[in-house]
Amino acid sequence: MSDTINLTLKIWRQKDASSPGKFETFKLDGVSTHMSFLEMMDVLNEKLIKENKEPIAFDHDCREGICGMCSMYINGRAHGPLKGTTTCQLHMRHFHDGQTITIEPWRAKGFPVIKDLVVDRNAFEIIMQAGGFVSVNTGSPADANAILIPNPIAEEAMDGAACIGCGACVATCKNASAMLFVSAKVSQLALLPQGQVERAERVMNMVKAMDEAGFGNCTNTGACEAECPKEVSVSHIARLNREYLMANLKNR
Amino acid sequence: MSSITKIFSPTIGRKVLMALTGLFLCVFLCEHLYGNLLLYYNDHGHQFELYTHILTRTLLIRIVEYVLFGSFIIHMIDALMLTINNKKARPIGYAMQKSSENSSWYSRNMGLTGSIILFFLIVHLRTFFFPHRFLGDTGSMFAEVVEAFKNPLYSGFYILSVIILGLHLNHGAQSAFHTLGLSNKSYAPIIKLCGTVFALIITLGFASVPVAFYFEFLK
Repeated sequence: MSDTINLTLKIWRQKDASSPGKFETFKLDGVSTHMSFLEMMDVLNEKLIKENKEPIAFDHDCREGICGMCSMYINGRAHGPLKGTTTCQLHMRHFHDGQTITIEPWRAKGFPVIKDLVVDRNAFEIIMQAGGFVSVNTGSPADANAILIPNPIAEEAMDGAACIGCGACVATCKNASAMLFVSAKVSQLALLPQGQVERAERVMNMVKAMDEAGFGNCTNTGACEAECPKEVSVSHIARLNREYLMANLKNR
Repeated sequence: MSSITKIFSPTIGRKVLMALTGLFLCVFLCEHLYGNLLLYYNDHGHQFELYTHILTRTLLIRIVEYVLFGSFIIHMIDALMLTINNKKARPIGYAMQKSSENSSWYSRNMGLTGSIILFFLIVHLRTFFFPHRFLGDTGSMFAEVVEAFKNPLYSGFYILSVIILGLHLNHGAQSAFHTLGLSNKSYAPIIKLCGTVFALIITLGFASVPVAFYFEFLK
């Protein structure tokens, strides 16, 4: 197998949030198959800069699969064709010579496009501010392990906490629903002793914020779990539903 | 009243309404299937006729009938409202979307399968239910069943519709439990399996009747 491939890239270009966008096609030859997808984008941008053209705006930060910034819809899949990965961890060896790759931004009312492939994921921050926290007294640090948590519960909470807030669940859901994200955040705190004080209030407020941000409804297709780079389980959504109903019963 | 609107107005609440009405309709399907399977007594519809007589003469059944109509209407209107909301959540679609890589066809097309079932339901009620219930038809229900299934076109349409119904149930039944929060990592596979078995029983049960008439196993 050759170590370089030639690609045709069909990329969404959009000047700003209020302008209409369109696809632009680029040829990129001699792409090393050892490159990550974002490195390939860097190479393309260097080429565009040398040609005195506007480089393509795309989000990226850690490039090690934990920041959740690299929101790209690649060939009809969130973060590309590989399971359980972000775009930065997708390598060009998963594409073949002469392939056309379509790259789009996340598409959701809750995630407006700012420029090219960059979307505004502030809606997730607003949902978090509505209840994705625990209140603690300030002062000297508490002793570690002062509150005992059984291992299976700690593990389940950690599975929810693994969510990096990348928005792939929203991007891939046919309804642009943010249920997997919200459920992971509600779940992780509902399971732990520290999260009990605000438990009912949290789920009510976060669901309200989720609805107000304009995300769709969950129809349990399971697409979110299949495309989540951290493979957060849809069982968290079942827990979110349960927490929401219980909170309604308890509060009134 | 305000606490009720508080539960049912947000998206999760509306989904709960979908789940509850859906599960009630599943219970109705079981009852309906029980009635149809009475035809297998193969007694020229004696048991079947007896059953329809009891149904029409029991006050409780008459009351439940209205709950059933209500459930159908709520299930459909709620589905329509949720679908409109979902379409609004993605004003600009993707140029390329490979949904088949991450979800099943029937789970994504509940609206389509539901609409086909609604169409079937209208035809089905027109054939069997309305003449008896509202138009004063006092003839034998069994004779009408035999007559309807003599037409291979109607039988084919009937079988196709219950297959579509099976696909709808295969996703809907397990999804209802998920929406009501009655699922977790270890129960989910069992619930899914039960949903599929339920869908199979309903589809095979209903579809078997016209097949049995066609091959003259039932007369």
